[in-house]
Amino acid sequence: MPAFRERALAWLYTRPQARAWALVAPGGFWLLAFFMVPLLIMLVYSLMPRGIYGGVEPGFTLEHYARFFDPLYLQVLQRTFAWSIGCTVICLFLGYPVAYVIARSQRWRTFLLFLVVLPFWTSFLVRTFAMIFLMRDTGLINSWLLKLGMIDEPLTMLYTPFAVMAGLVYGFLPFMILPIYASLEKVDHSLLEAAEVLGARPAARFRRVTLPLSTPGVVAGSLLVFIPALGSFLTADLLGGAKQVMIGNLVQNQFSSARNWPFGSAASFIVMALVLAAVMLYLRVKDRSAGGAPPL
Amino acid sequence: MKTGLPKWLIAVTGVVYFFLHLPVLVLVVFSFNDSKFSVDWRGFTLQWYQRLLERPDILRGLKASLIVGGAATIISAVLGTLLALALGRQQFRGRRVLEGFLYVPIVTPEIVTGISLLLLFVLLKFPLGLATITIAHVAFCISFVVIVVLARIQGMDENLEEAAMILGADEITTFWKVTVPQLWPGILSGALLAFTMSFDDFVITSFVSGPGSSTLPIVVYGMVRKNVEPSINAISTIILLATAILIYLADRLARAK
Repeated sequence: MPAFRERALAWLYTRPQARAWALVAPGGFWLLAFFMVPLLIMLVYSLMPRGIYGGVEPGFTLEHYARFFDPLYLQVLQRTFAWSIGCTVICLFLGYPVAYVIARSQRWRTFLLFLVVLPFWTSFLVRTFAMIFLMRDTGLINSWLLKLGMIDEPLTMLYTPFAVMAGLVYGFLPFMILPIYASLEKVDHSLLEAAEVLGARPAARFRRVTLPLSTPGVVAGSLLVFIPALGSFLTADLLGGAKQVMIGNLVQNQFSSARNWPFGSAASFIVMALVLAAVMLYLRVKDRSAGGAPPL
Repeated sequence: MKTGLPKWLIAVTGVVYFFLHLPVLVLVVFSFNDSKFSVDWRGFTLQWYQRLLERPDILRGLKASLIVGGAATIISAVLGTLLALALGRQQFRGRRVLEGFLYVPIVTPEIVTGISLLLLFVLLKFPLGLATITIAHVAFCISFVVIVVLARIQGMDENLEEAAMILGADEITTFWKVTVPQLWPGILSGALLAFTMSFDDFVITSFVSGPGSSTLPIVVYGMVRKNVEPSINAISTIILLATAILIYLADRLARAK
């Protein structure tokens, strides 16, 4: 129908707003209906009394949030925080030297960067399984240590806090290296030369020139590690066993065996709120450093 | 000025690279080891790969993953491209809100996305299965498609479209004959990225899949939970290889002229 086509074209042409919204509508609807609305439902669920078979009953209550003051759940929150921060600190101490070496290298830079990006594209489930394969009692590490005679019986590594921490660091370390590298790469070399001319020794040059200039990268990297660690589920689930529970596992448990959906929703909402707070912080730092940090 | 790096720095870097890559490398090597229980090397074998073909659950999981991945990829590529066109080329009210909407799926922890979608589907009494998995995957893939396609649009020459219209092509013809061919590498690269993420996803899928609709990661997770056997090394190696090929293609396309 050419007439219809002409008319539709003319209509769209004279109304730029309508044209834009015709493009936005399908995807915008999907994001609204299958992302925003569900998050809203989750919030509402977290404020309603628990039903008998996993659902909710009409009413309003704050009891699910109050339950987090119960020592049992407070402990889960504390552990989640402590591990996420611990993971961030370890990643910082391991990641900074690596980022520094990459930024200073010439010939190998592309290859070294490629090796840092590679894990992003490796299935997280497969990577976590790789850790199990290495750390279980009959795993590679134990069998080699036994063979070398360094230990007499297998070390218990799996299902300990050590395993979870190793898994978290292994999973999120690249998030730390990349932003630090990005800010180190931009450090103006003439500043370092000036410091040298003025008599600063290498250690002082690093401490008083390089380190302050790389702060935006350090902050960005720390948040990019902290955020996914806070909401992580698979690592503690597969490497931590039943005892080393993080808040992500608590959420999952409320929806599988415990069947307390409103409490699970409350826990989930707390994770979301913490993550959003961290993201806000990230965006503020990013704005201040004028593009010093890479986009999310 | 001396540019040599201290030895300890290089040592730390070496250890970190070891730590980042050794586990997966070991996993792959031992998928060819001819021993069921031992982590000693007992010779080369392909038997763990052959065993995979005898497992109906893995084949069913692979089929489910391909169906979901295919559908989610096509839908998110189309919707994401339209959104990117709006953001890249149009000025409109509500732009900031839309940008916010696009960021939310990127930062939301998977576990939160998973349970909130589960709540929605239960509330709507929508039966859990391949359809709900596809809906969920599209929801978290769109943003990434938008980012990739938008980057392509921003590098495009708007003069070409103007020239086409001056030469008498209407908007729709210009779109199909000038805009889309230029965008194509970006769209394909976004689509491959979406497929990879869909194919890899475990956490979100585990909440919105129903009985009999297990995708490959769900099956693999079940195997890992039960016990550690060489077949998992084999299927992991295949997943790694498939992902690597897809990412390589996506990267090639994104850089295409």
